[in-house]
Parts: sequence; structure tokens; C-alpha cells
Amino acid sequence: MSVIYIMIPAALLLAAIGVAAFILAAKNGQFDDLDTPALRAIFDDDETPSDTTKEKSVTKEDDA
Amino acid sequence: MDPISDPICDHCGLPVPDGLYEPEASHQFCCNGCKAVYNILHGSGLENYYKIRSAVDPKAEPAATTGSNYEELDDPAFQSTWVTLSDIDSEIETAEVELLLEGMHCAACVWLIERLPRVADGVIDARANIRRRTVCVRYQPDNIKLSQVAQSLDKLGYAAHPARGKEARAIRIKEDRKFLIRVAVAGALAGNIMLLAIALYGGTFSGISDTWRTTFRYYSMILGLIVLIWPGRIFFTGALAALRTRTAHLDIPIALALASAGIWGTVNTIQGTGEIYFDSVGVLVFLLLVGRWIQHRQQRAASDSVELMLTLTPSSATLIDEEGNTKRVPIETLEAGMSVQVAAGESFPADGIITAGTTTIDNALLTGESVPVASTTGDQALAGATNLSSPVTVRVQAVGEHSRIGKLMQLVAQASEHKTPIVRMADRIAGYFVIIVIILAVFTFTIWSIKAGITIGIENATALLIVTCPCALGLATPMAMSVALGRSARAGMLIKSATVLEQMAHSGSPPGTMILDKTGTLTAASTTVVDSFGDQALLKAAAAIEQSSNHPIARAIASAFGEDLPAATNITQTTAQGITGSVNNQLITIGSVDFVLRLTNTDLPQELQPKFVRLLDRALTPILVHNTTTNAFALIGVGDQLRGDAADSIASLQSRGWNLEICSGDHPRIVESIAHQTRIQTHHGGVTPESKADRVSQLKAARTNPSIPVVMVGDGVNDAAALASADVGIAVHGGAEASLEAADVYLVEPGVAPIVKLTDLSRSTMSTIRLCLLISVCYNTIAASLAMAGLISALIAAILMPISSLTVVAICTRAGKNVAPSKSATESR
Repeated sequence: MSVIYIMIPAALLLAAIGVAAFILAAKNGQFDDLDTPALRAIFDDDETPSDTTKEKSVTKEDDA
Repeated sequence: MDPISDPICDHCGLPVPDGLYEPEASHQFCCNGCKAVYNILHGSGLENYYKIRSAVDPKAEPAATTGSNYEELDDPAFQSTWVTLSDIDSEIETAEVELLLEGMHCAACVWLIERLPRVADGVIDARANIRRRTVCVRYQPDNIKLSQVAQSLDKLGYAAHPARGKEARAIRIKEDRKFLIRVAVAGALAGNIMLLAIALYGGTFSGISDTWRTTFRYYSMILGLIVLIWPGRIFFTGALAALRTRTAHLDIPIALALASAGIWGTVNTIQGTGEIYFDSVGVLVFLLLVGRWIQHRQQRAASDSVELMLTLTPSSATLIDEEGNTKRVPIETLEAGMSVQVAAGESFPADGIITAGTTTIDNALLTGESVPVASTTGDQALAGATNLSSPVTVRVQAVGEHSRIGKLMQLVAQASEHKTPIVRMADRIAGYFVIIVIILAVFTFTIWSIKAGITIGIENATALLIVTCPCALGLATPMAMSVALGRSARAGMLIKSATVLEQMAHSGSPPGTMILDKTGTLTAASTTVVDSFGDQALLKAAAAIEQSSNHPIARAIASAFGEDLPAATNITQTTAQGITGSVNNQLITIGSVDFVLRLTNTDLPQELQPKFVRLLDRALTPILVHNTTTNAFALIGVGDQLRGDAADSIASLQSRGWNLEICSGDHPRIVESIAHQTRIQTHHGGVTPESKADRVSQLKAARTNPSIPVVMVGDGVNDAAALASADVGIAVHGGAEASLEAADVYLVEPGVAPIVKLTDLSRSTMSTIRLCLLISVCYNTIAASLAMAGLISALIAAILMPISSLTVVAICTRAGKNVAPSKSATESR
């Protein structure tokens, strides 16, 4: 049972990483809008845009 | 529904008007807007819009395109304020701008708006926010101009405006994020502490070795202290602030409980004896923060909804430069001495003198007067007033905060700052609570110390302080308030601050004093035909002639006598006095009684004279119609009519005991007539905006009990200062931007009926809170008795507190259940 001496700090470290990730995400503005992502859940993926003047493709796969 | 005989628009599904039906066309539309949007969607491969829309929104609206060219958005002054250039990719320059959109109301709109890159070349990304009705657009300024971006959005049916208030919003967003982080951290810590606590409780029942016990207790202590230092800190700062200003606040007993749990728990952990309460601390902090976060979000939602209103006033003007060329520029660039052109139907962008043109001006925004004022070269025009009939050129005198409106707004801001915050009921109770608890704690400590020693004495006293923490009360108030705010939003009332509910719920007699504005609040704020006497054919002829004029009275008459009007020719207008024309080769004269009698050289017939007098008594404007060929007369009474529901709502409020009075900028005679119709005793007419605010202060000073609220109900800029200084300011639907900012409540539906609902909702909410208070007191009494008897353990505390919180939450979700939602409440316009 002495493994608990390692387990608890490890578990707390994992929890701390989780919290840190959340704080980073919140400070980055990911949780500013909690209403619109709910609407995006029903959108289908579109065909890739054919326009070549765009410098990067528009990301549509996030927010489920 | 027969598709041939009842054609519906292929875009919005509403019926196609008879005049727009094209039998040979394959698609039918109800308006050009819908037609344009339909073609764009099909042209860009965006037909999925219809599929998504039918999945989410059963009701559709016609596409509201405005066709503006938005050229003012390209002005460098505008760009430097609103557009940020991003340096993510140094190859191609990208710019980012946030635009407020009209007409965004469902998932399909979000889908369509975020497909903007397909419709507008050069737009990289469009990210919509449905709650704030904004879209964040990233585009390449080299490939597309901002005005073109706005035009594309407009063509899709979403008129665009700059999203104002960027700094204020940035501050709010930072605040919101910190709040959310606190809740999340508290939750993470509470969960982990509870896991450790489970092990310790298991150990109490079935034995646990000393090493493990000490280890777990130390871990609990570390996590518990983090909870108190990080997310829980706001309770301590709140309590200290309250103590320094000697006001009672719920944070005080909460901070007391948290502090004793923290200190005593630490001591016990180090000493290795006694109970620790860190799990209760963690859950307590978490639950209280969640309650406050929910209320915070609810209040934000109301403010966000109002923000859309704030930008629907023009932000640009037509500047005339030295050569006489016109250009749309942002309002911020106007200075005194510049000349602007104001078209018919547009609002004046600044205070100024008319240098060319003759027109009529609607000053209702500032004076509340519903009668248009004839103005010509040399007359003054005020910022915010509407130019009614003809375009004029104006030389700017005062802009922004120096204009009359601007100064009025400063008055509003000052009044808002001096608003005394009421001490909430929960906080008052907290005051007594602390004293009682401290007395009991000292008592417990003394008795037990004498009986079994100091340690036991401290132990039991601390247990008492912890279990009597008003968690239920601290949770009940924000939860009940936020549920009530949500319910009221669905019922058509947007409430910005929860204290409104407490003030409107004041019972006793009188429950309060309410000052009502007349124009737009009690009346429909539009000139309509209220009564008419005479031959129908003559009245229809009058309507036919009046169709050519833009004057409000003319428009009222033109629409009051049916659709099948005869043809009118030879129309001559005499500004603000009358109009003549021919119908069926008969000369008809219409206008004020003096004008008509003078022009036709006749006298008012006997039978019409008493009717004429009666119209004046009812404060209506009499319009005389004369047919020269037949020498027939007709009389029309035109005025601002009392709303249908106003009389009933007033009667309801009066039966509840409210003191009502009318305060209006309109003519005293008209105000008296309305007061008479609604049976309101006190009324004042011809009141300036500044005097309205004075009247509010007067009533506040004269009241016998400071908890009797003085409520102001109004809609115009001329009510804004009064709305800000009243205890509760209610802005009525259709209100001006300034009154929305100054008010605490915004009614989405026209009329004053929602106010009656508001009083009911407030009462119901407060009684829910009182019920929660009662339950909280019961739990605390039980818990306190157990603690004083020395029977409390950490386990019992950990069970009692969540149960009391859950009970309270369950009751709060019932708050305001009897308030019926309104049909138009889901849209903010």
C-alpha cells in the first residue's frame, strides 16, 4: 500500500495539469461564448472550399 | 394550402402579396430582399440553409436587406478605431473587425453567416456569437474592402453595424473569465478533497492506520488551504469590505465559517487530534460560487440583449465638403462648422442651424411632443430629432457630448452613479445571523470548556460556526434571482440587476410610487385617426389626397379609410397647414379648421360645431374636409391614442395600491385628457427632461419610508435622466437608446401590461427567497443544537450542508412559475 505515497501526488499532479489546461483555455477566450457552439452541433461538414486565394482553410470541425 | 391560390415566398414562407405574384415565374417571393437572398444562396451553393432552418426554426422572417453601401466603414478614422490588423501571417495582411448584426436569431443564421467566405471573396473567417448578435470577421484588406464585407452581410439579410463599447466589453469578458476559473478551480479542489475525505470517513468506521490518517489529513489541509486562498478569497475580501463600511453582508458569516474551519482544521491536522472540515469548506466554496456565477451570467444576458438596441441609431452622417460633394462619414469625425445633409426620414447627427431647405421635424425624442415642428432656414435642429418631410442642409454647432442630447446623457450618468444600492434582504438577515451565531459560539465554548476542557470547548464552538454557515441562504438568493430573471426574460422583461425584484416586491401601502411618461408609454406614440364624422365617400377622397404627403397626420388619414381609394389629382400642399386636391373633378380642401374655412370662404356648419368642441376636449386635433362642389363637410379627429391595454394595466396597479402619476413633455391639455381616461389623479404636462428627473428626486425626498420604491416608466431620451435617478427605471419597448442605458428594466413588448407582471414576479420571487430562508433557518437550528450538544462530527456536517443546499435549489427552481411567457419575448426587437 505504500504505492499510495506516489499515487496521491501523481493524481494531484494530473488534476493540476487539467486545471492549468482549463485556465489556459479560459484565458484564451474559449469559454467566452457558451451558447453558439451548441448550435453548431447540427451543422454538417461542407465540401472543401475551392478558392485558392485563402491562405489557410477554414476550420469547421471544432465544437461538438 | 393551395400553392396556386395561396402562394408563399420560397425564401421565408410568408404569403406573397397579390401585386408581387408572377404566374410564369418558377419561384415566388414576398419581397425583393427574399428574392435577392434566395438567389445568393443558390448561386453560392448554400442551399443547405433551408434544411438547417427547417430543423431549428419553425418561424421565418422576410430577409431584411437595407441596400446601404456602408462606405463610411472605409473611412480611415473608422478603421483606426474598429479594425485590428493581425500579424499572424506576415505574407498577406489580415484585418479583424467585430460587427453587430440585425436579424440574427437562430442556428441557421449562424450557419449562413459563418459561410461568409463563400459569398465574399477575401473574407477568411467569420465567427458568429448568437448571444451578442455579433460576428467576428477576418479578411484581407488587399482583396476586399470593409464596406464590401458589410454589403455582403447586408445582402444575406443581416444589416451590419460597428460593435460599440469595445473597452467596456473587454473588461467584462476578463471579469467573466476570472469568475469561471474560480468556479472550476473550486470544483476541482472540492472533488479531490472529498475523495480523501471518503477514505478518512471509511477509516472512522472500519479503522485506519495512523500513518495513512495523518497523510490524508495533511493532503486535505493543503488542498483546503488552497481553496481558501484562491477561489475562496473573494468571500474574505467581501467580508472585510463590508466590515469596513459597517454594512451587513452575507459574506460576513460565510467568511467566519470558512475562517474557523480553515484555522481549526489546520491546528488539528498539525496536532493530530480532533476533526477536520476541509471537505465541507471545499463544497461550500464551490456551491456558493456556482450560485453566484449563474446569477452573474443571467444578468449579463440582459445587458447583452440591450446592447443591440444601442447601435441601431445612425453612426454616420452625410458630409458636404467645400465643392458641394457629399460623402458618408462616421459621426465621430463631425466638427462644429461643417455642413451635413439630412435626408427625409433620417435623424440629425448633431445640433445645428438649418442653412437650406424647409421641412418638419419630429422632436419627440427630446421633448416627447408628438406634433411635428415646421422648420426652415435659420431654425435650430437638435441631434437625435427626426427630419420628416424634406432634405435639409445643416451647419453643425455642437456634436456628441456638447449637444443637448450629450449633456442630457451626462446627467444620466451622474444620476446612475448616485443611485443608492439597497441592502438586500439576505444581507440584512446576515447581519443578525452573525451576532446570534457568535453569541452561541461563545456560550458553547464557555460551557464545554468548563465541562471538558479548552480543547473540547474550541472544538465544539468551531463545529458550531462551521455548520451554521448560511450556505443555503447564500445559494438561495442568487439562484432564486437568476431563475426569476430567466423567467422574466421569457415573459418579455429584461432585468439588468436582481435588486429590481426586491424593490418592486415591496409590500405595504403604498407598495410604491410610479411616474409614467405619456408618449410611447401610455399612448401608442403614433398619430392615428381616432374619430371621424361625415360621408364615407368624402373621407375616402380625403384619404386619397393625403397619400401624397409625408406629414404624420396625412399618413394617419391616408391609412384610416380603407384600401380602395379613388384617384386624386392636382395636389397642392401648404406645409403644416393643409392640402388640396381633386377627386372625380371635385375640389377637396383638407387641413386645420382655420385653414379650410379661410381657403374656402365658408363657415363651420351647425351640426359639426359641438363635435368640433368635443374633439378638442378629448385633446384631439380636428381636421376639416370640405368638398367645394357639393359644399359637404367632414370632420376627422386625429391624435395620439391611448393603448388598448393601458387602462386595464393602470387599474390593476391602482388596485394593488400603487401611487401613479403622469409626467409628460406634451401639452398639458392632452396630458390631462389621458389622465382622465386612465383615472390617474396627478399629472404634469409640458415637463422638460431635466424637470422629470427633479420630480423623481422630489418624490424620493418626500417619502415617509426609504424602502418605498420610486419607479419611473418611460421610453424617450427625455425620460433618461429620470430613469437613472429613480429607484427602478423601466424602459418601454420602442424606447430610445439613452433610456435603455439608463433603465434597470427593459420591456420587450409594447405597452405597460408587463409592469403588472413584473410586480407579480417580484413578489413571487421574494416569497420563494423567504421560504428558502425559513428552511435555511430550520437546518441551522438543528445543526446548531447538535453542535452545542457536542454531537456534530465532520461527517454529519458534510451531509447536512449539501442536503440543505439541494433543498433550497429545488425550491428556487419553482420561483416565478406562474408568470406566463410572452410570444414576442424570444426576440429582442
